[in-house]
Amino acid sequence: MADKKFAAYLCAGCGLGEVLDLGTMEKVVKREGKMQVIKRHDVLCSADGVQAIRDDIANEGVTHVLIAGCSRRAKTEAFDFPETAMARANLREGVLWVVAPGTDHDEVRQEMADDYIRMGCAELKKMAVPTGNPNCASNKRILVVGGGMSGLTAAIEAAETGYEVLLVEKEPQLGGWAAKLYKRVPFREPYAEPQDTGLAELIARVEAHPKVRVHLASTLAETAGAPGRFAVKIATESGAVTQEMVGAIVQASGFSTYDLAKLPELGGGLPSVVDQAGLEQLAKAANGGVIQRADGQAVSSVVFVQCAGQRDASGTHLPYCSGHCCATSVKQAMYFKDANPDVDTVVLYTDLRMPGMGEDFYRSAQSKGVIFTKGQVSTVKAAGTGCSVNFRDLILNEEVTLGADLVVLATGQVPNSGVNIDLLAEPAAAEQTPTDEASATPVEPAAALPPSILNLTYRQGPDLPQLKAGLTDSHFICFPYETRRTGIYAAGPVRRPMDMLQATDDATGAALKAIQAVENAALGRAAHPRSGDLSYPIVRLEGCTQCKRCTVECPFGAIDEDERRFPVFNESRCRRCGTCMGACPVRVIAFENYSVDTVGSQIKSLDMPDEFSERPRILLLACENDAYPALDMAGVSRICYSAFVRAIPVRCLGSVNTIWITDALNSGWDGVMLMGCKRGDDYQCHFVKGSELAHYRLSKIDDTLTQLSLETERVASFEVAITDSRRVAALINDYAETIKRIGMSPLKGFN
Amino acid sequence: MHALRTTGHQTIPAVAARYRNNFLKEVEAHVEDGEWVKMCMQCGVCAGSCPLGAHWEHPPQELFMMIRAGKRAEVLTSDAMWMCTSCYNCVVRCPRKLPITQIMHGIASYAQELGLAPEVQPTRDFSIQFWKNCTKTGRVNEMKLTVGLYFKDGLVAGIKQVMNMLPVALGLMKAGRLNPFELLRGHSPKDQKGIAAMLKRARAIEAQRAPVTH
Repeated sequence: MADKKFAAYLCAGCGLGEVLDLGTMEKVVKREGKMQVIKRHDVLCSADGVQAIRDDIANEGVTHVLIAGCSRRAKTEAFDFPETAMARANLREGVLWVVAPGTDHDEVRQEMADDYIRMGCAELKKMAVPTGNPNCASNKRILVVGGGMSGLTAAIEAAETGYEVLLVEKEPQLGGWAAKLYKRVPFREPYAEPQDTGLAELIARVEAHPKVRVHLASTLAETAGAPGRFAVKIATESGAVTQEMVGAIVQASGFSTYDLAKLPELGGGLPSVVDQAGLEQLAKAANGGVIQRADGQAVSSVVFVQCAGQRDASGTHLPYCSGHCCATSVKQAMYFKDANPDVDTVVLYTDLRMPGMGEDFYRSAQSKGVIFTKGQVSTVKAAGTGCSVNFRDLILNEEVTLGADLVVLATGQVPNSGVNIDLLAEPAAAEQTPTDEASATPVEPAAALPPSILNLTYRQGPDLPQLKAGLTDSHFICFPYETRRTGIYAAGPVRRPMDMLQATDDATGAALKAIQAVENAALGRAAHPRSGDLSYPIVRLEGCTQCKRCTVECPFGAIDEDERRFPVFNESRCRRCGTCMGACPVRVIAFENYSVDTVGSQIKSLDMPDEFSERPRILLLACENDAYPALDMAGVSRICYSAFVRAIPVRCLGSVNTIWITDALNSGWDGVMLMGCKRGDDYQCHFVKGSELAHYRLSKIDDTLTQLSLETERVASFEVAITDSRRVAALINDYAETIKRIGMSPLKGFN
Repeated sequence: MHALRTTGHQTIPAVAARYRNNFLKEVEAHVEDGEWVKMCMQCGVCAGSCPLGAHWEHPPQELFMMIRAGKRAEVLTSDAMWMCTSCYNCVVRCPRKLPITQIMHGIASYAQELGLAPEVQPTRDFSIQFWKNCTKTGRVNEMKLTVGLYFKDGLVAGIKQVMNMLPVALGLMKAGRLNPFELLRGHSPKDQKGIAAMLKRARAIEAQRAPVTH
């Protein structure tokens, strides 16, 4: 792309032509923007308008296109010119619809529009057409870690979609927990009786499938590489190691049961007390006959204690609900009732949670005579040959002691997440890692760590980052299966506690995500959430000072270090959030179409009114995932906000380099607002840690402001959600008031 | 039809074991619609819907839980199920479609049968009067039933009640809705013998019901 040719297209549609002076804007584009082609169209997004642009690209050699009209989020299908670099000046949602109507506001409205034009031209000058990741690799085989219900499902789903699958299971046989069940909770109409697990059939399908290869009694000794080119070493128990190449990984490492020994108050360890897994074992031994205890004693009364060692707010046991245990206890009570209706079965619950069609199953158990009561169990003690259960009946509001031959504790699922990498000692990085609440926990000795599942060679640690309570997840609602390691997807109970039916759905979803990942990787494109993005971080290593901030702060562990401690970018692992770009103190990291310069030049492009003009300028750096759409929605809803604000979308607040803020203040901007997503435990950041990092960086900016003799109010950050259209307008107006109160910036006129 | 059986015909079991199926099974065998008790899911909509809820010793869902918890004596001697006025609000609202009103009358009836019903209970008194009244001829004699109820607490109280209600009674008479001569004899259905035979047969069927076993 030797010759760059810049073109600007001004749209007069949607009322822009009537309210704004397009003539002035054309002058700005010509004199300040130095655009070579300038055109005006009444409806630019019409077939005619789009064709005019296409013709210029084809015939005039236009390489850079500025579209001044609607928001960059609108008409994306019409304005789709992948061969050019494109900037959009948001005159419709950003100016026309948000500045109060009427001729009184003509002047500020026109100023705002002119500024957006200036900013668009400035941005375009610094942009290049993304070429796609050059280091892409196209291995499309999918590795499934774990051969339980989730792993088997992921394997068969991926294989039947046409992808090669490698399945690694640490046990010498397939099946996982499902193989240890006598029967499963029904998943088909009429949802009344325990059902056969169907596992044998699934295993047979997997084993017979020509695209699936199974490694039993094997673990992963090492996982290296990136999507499209993961190199995994599969080790058998005997120590033999084979190396395989795969494109993506589904981690379905499942769960372990909560240790009964941690529940002595509930009788953990007594011969008359088992957990649900223990009862499955007894039921399997009985095989439909009368269920006996392991010591051979007959059982005429059973008590099921729900939430044993779960939903514990005290911090001693599992804090969460494992979801499946209510239905499992209902099923197990039926084992007894079906074999002998005279066995007394009591289920003590605090909340009976029977999601899906579980209500029918619950009803079925009731009609079989299983007694349910809301009760809080305090202790289970040995009594005679059985035990006595002490509980408070919450319906009858009284303390009860109930004898039983057998007590079944519904303990929870503990995810097999491997090593919690947050607990790994990071002496070199410790001082640079933000000390948020989560990582403030003391570093535990490595001896307490469980064995790693993946043994990743990433500098960030051998396993997937955990979200909370040891669960390997990114976001329950917004992006399930996603982890913070690109191309590696968690499925099943390792991700969140779940039953077999949910695990099956989950595994199917994860398999599809893995397929997307290998397909995107092969084309050099980003995975979720910027799926399909061809830009990638380009680093000018000659300027790098080896400070390691990019490697430490990358939320996705995409950046390793070489032996000279320079960063090594694994573009295929990158999600293109730009957090590294925001972190880099020497600003050597850039994307072709998004860089310190593309935003910086916009900030510096404005015609800044002087100190006495009473027309302040407020820079708004808005996350394009939530905040910018909220601003657009404010426009769509015609919610007015101050015409002194100039919004620039950023990929993530994590990509905000503090130089932008310094530049803005030095250029005479009166205030800088940052709008990003919610951070912390219940974060909504699409890049998980981006907004948190931005917040951390901003916490240091007050010192800089004080050094510049500026009020600390001149920089403010806000957490907004995509639904906050009314609120973003209010925030802007409030901030404009604040600026009015503290006065115009004293730094005007020095740039 | 929830007839009150006034003759006990079973031995009364002494205690029911807690949270066993014993009492539940007894209720299923002897209480009309008793097989529904185990299906209650304790949502409490019945308790919240009952217009007399505040006056109940135990709301219906609690009674069902007591049955399942084996609290036999407490259930059968309770005043609660006698408070039901048959408005059917709970039946309409029960998400599990339990015939709650019917079960309430069923439990009351069973308690009466076992001789465990509370001694002083207006609903019980009315029910007994009603049953005696209507089984006599096969038709309810409203005059006799009303006067019987007025005088159940003695002559003075009865006269007071009569004086209180006199204007209403005169109004009803004027409108032709009340015949004072019914007090003397009253009219009866055409086939009185047939009705007596029906009742006899019903009692025989009832006697064939499974006795309480433990």
